[in-house]
Amino acid sequence: MQVFIQDLIKNNGYQATDLLAVLRAVQAQYQHIPKAAIEQIAALLCISRTQVIGVIEFYSFFHLSPRGHYDLLISDSITDHLLGKHQIAAYIEQALQVKLGEVRSDGLVSFDNTSCTGLCDQGPAGLINGYALPHLTPAKIDQIAGLIHQQIPVSAWPADLFAVNDNVYQAGLLLSQAIQHGEALHAGLERGFKETLKELDISGLRGRGGAGFKTATKWQYCAEETADARIVVCNADEGEPGTFKDRVLLTTHAHQVFEGMTLCAAIIGAEQGFLYLRGEYLHLYAPLKAVLAERKQAGLLGNNIINAGFNFDIQICLGAGAYICGEESALIESLEGKMGIPRNRPPYPVTHGYLGKPTVVNNVETYMAAAKIALKGGEWFANVGTDKSKGTKILSICGDCAKPGIYEVDFGTSIQTILHDCGAKDVLGIQIGGPSGTFISNTEFARKIAFEDLATGGSFIIFNNTRNILDIVNNFTHFFAHESCGFCTPCRVGTSLLKNQLDKIVNGHGSAGDVVALEELCQLVKTQSHCGLGQTAANPILTTLARYPELYQAQLKKISYEPGFDLDAALETARQMANRNDAAAHLSQLED
Amino acid sequence: MTKTLTIDGVTIPFEDGQTIIQAATAAGIYIPHLCHNPEFTPHGSCKLCTVKVNGRNCSACTFPAMDGQAVINNAKDLNADRQKITQMLFVEGNHFCPSCEKTGNCQLQAVAYHLNMLDDHFPLFYPHRELDASHEEILIDHNRCIFCTLCVRASHEQDGKDVFAISGRGINKHLIVNSETGLLKDTDMSASDKAAHICPTGAILIKHTAYQVPIGKRIYDHQQIDQVTLNSESEHDK
Repeated sequence: MQVFIQDLIKNNGYQATDLLAVLRAVQAQYQHIPKAAIEQIAALLCISRTQVIGVIEFYSFFHLSPRGHYDLLISDSITDHLLGKHQIAAYIEQALQVKLGEVRSDGLVSFDNTSCTGLCDQGPAGLINGYALPHLTPAKIDQIAGLIHQQIPVSAWPADLFAVNDNVYQAGLLLSQAIQHGEALHAGLERGFKETLKELDISGLRGRGGAGFKTATKWQYCAEETADARIVVCNADEGEPGTFKDRVLLTTHAHQVFEGMTLCAAIIGAEQGFLYLRGEYLHLYAPLKAVLAERKQAGLLGNNIINAGFNFDIQICLGAGAYICGEESALIESLEGKMGIPRNRPPYPVTHGYLGKPTVVNNVETYMAAAKIALKGGEWFANVGTDKSKGTKILSICGDCAKPGIYEVDFGTSIQTILHDCGAKDVLGIQIGGPSGTFISNTEFARKIAFEDLATGGSFIIFNNTRNILDIVNNFTHFFAHESCGFCTPCRVGTSLLKNQLDKIVNGHGSAGDVVALEELCQLVKTQSHCGLGQTAANPILTTLARYPELYQAQLKKISYEPGFDLDAALETARQMANRNDAAAHLSQLED
Repeated sequence: MTKTLTIDGVTIPFEDGQTIIQAATAAGIYIPHLCHNPEFTPHGSCKLCTVKVNGRNCSACTFPAMDGQAVINNAKDLNADRQKITQMLFVEGNHFCPSCEKTGNCQLQAVAYHLNMLDDHFPLFYPHRELDASHEEILIDHNRCIFCTLCVRASHEQDGKDVFAISGRGINKHLIVNSETGLLKDTDMSASDKAAHICPTGAILIKHTAYQVPIGKRIYDHQQIDQVTLNSESEHDK
């Protein structure tokens, strides 16, 4: 192991910023990060061992104790629940003889939940040693069980197990026709890069991650900073449950995304770029590296790009299972090899980003749009959409509909139209923008996709009338508690309190005051949290409580007070110790 | 011309580079806080110092003071939220004041008094947390840690040792110690370190000194935390 780590770190150039990459390699090789590895890594990277331990314990894909040689994770996203996650998980437990959350006693297999894998249109989905397994069926599980039994390495498994489909059903401005490689850069050079920034301004393009900051303004701010180096970052940490459009864009339109980043570099004067790819998209890593190599070969990356005298290179950095890294300053921390904890602002990344340098962070779709705007001009884009939301939005549609997949719609398109296009019937409601967004009921389908009405980073989850709203809300609320980084008190403690309080109500232990207490807590977490995660973590409860108050009330017991804990369950340890289970060893809860 | 801002309608001066809390402290205005200490880089995590700046919530310990800023600090809704955040810190750990040797000198307890906290409000988590009594002179009781990182910062910035760090995610966050065994005795920490004396709660204690000052004669048994803090922190800022 010593030699393995020595070589690994030597190849990475002894950069402390590469800590995540080093840990990913060690985890893959040894199924965990052994103690001796921590010491060696800390010494070679000249960082404290506590930083190494901190990072290991922060990211879901790193472990201090060994996982199985075959580490199978199953997506716990609501979208996978809709597609039969519970049934397939039970089948896996049987077929692989391993319980969810455990490592099999022979150490060969481990099985656990993971947050959304971005395969919501082809679930229930999983990951095997990090590689995506779409559309799990009992037949596939049998096949996988056989492969594991024969101890065939994952790299030698049949390719069809890993075949991920794009499922593009509706193309608009961006998806209907890709640009030719280098076309946007040449157009930018011809027009002049300053003029091209003006076109971007005219286009009205706003960030596609959901927040909607005007792209041209962000690039302008970054360009205006006095600095010896600037950085371009593409946020491909698409972690919002229900979103998968970046997966498709990076599978089929990677050239255009990289071209948008290169255009940004030319405009703001950056030489270094990063694509921060979520760990769940490991299957895209090698193909994306190949695209970068191809572009370098073609003179579209590297030195003297398109003979215009500017240099720019892009490095791909993989995440390791942390939703919070989608927040731009947490993402930058992660790029620097640290725990993904959102920074205090100001200063903002445009002035102090990666290693303190002015940094533009934009979404995959934003760069893709920027590239085409450079080619087609601002008006071409601004002519589509609404006053405040120009152009199109690429939606990841999943859940209860006939054709889950990618739909590019003009901003301003009504929900009704979208539901018709994807073949959704008997709809109860839709989660728009993922758990951090809004739940709308079936009386609101005249509303529109737009920053000024229903904003979304792309997630669009449809639920039909057979679904239980409280199950959905419960799944989302547990998700936020799991993904809270823990930096600030209101979110760290608040998301766990929300989870417990909602569980109490959903499990039928709530009493009169409990919904009021829940709502108060929601407001506190929403208004006092440090970053977007905490500020939106209560949205699933708040948006459904506003629409279906009777659902929550119906869960409550008709007594004025109910203890927060289960008296009888609390006695379980005592019963086991006394080896008793007779009636006298049980206590009933307060009489109803 | 001196630059000024207002806090709850009172105009106060500030210097460029000051945060809101620094300007407030210099002007004799107390903003409740636990993770902030003017001797170290601000952290902004406890969220007790949240004030409204031009209608937006900001951490006073990290947000820069700016000319003409209208800051709301001592308001009913903000104090109600501060009380709830303090209650969160109580229920998240295991804080049993009557049996804690820090009682009366504990800033968490004193802030709770100041905010008129009368109960825990939220259900208690009762987490299982360890003690580290390995060091000859210093005790760590993880039950009382509120993740303010003051020991982390003191050790790094003042002692030059990096003895502490915060590890883990979300509700599983915990304080870790920089030694191969993970025990305090195997670090270069000593009782004279700043980090040994900075804990706002009873999570890091100097051994053999517990009851030298009897309960009833301790700092916050006689004084409110606002006065104590303003005295000590404005002294530092000078």
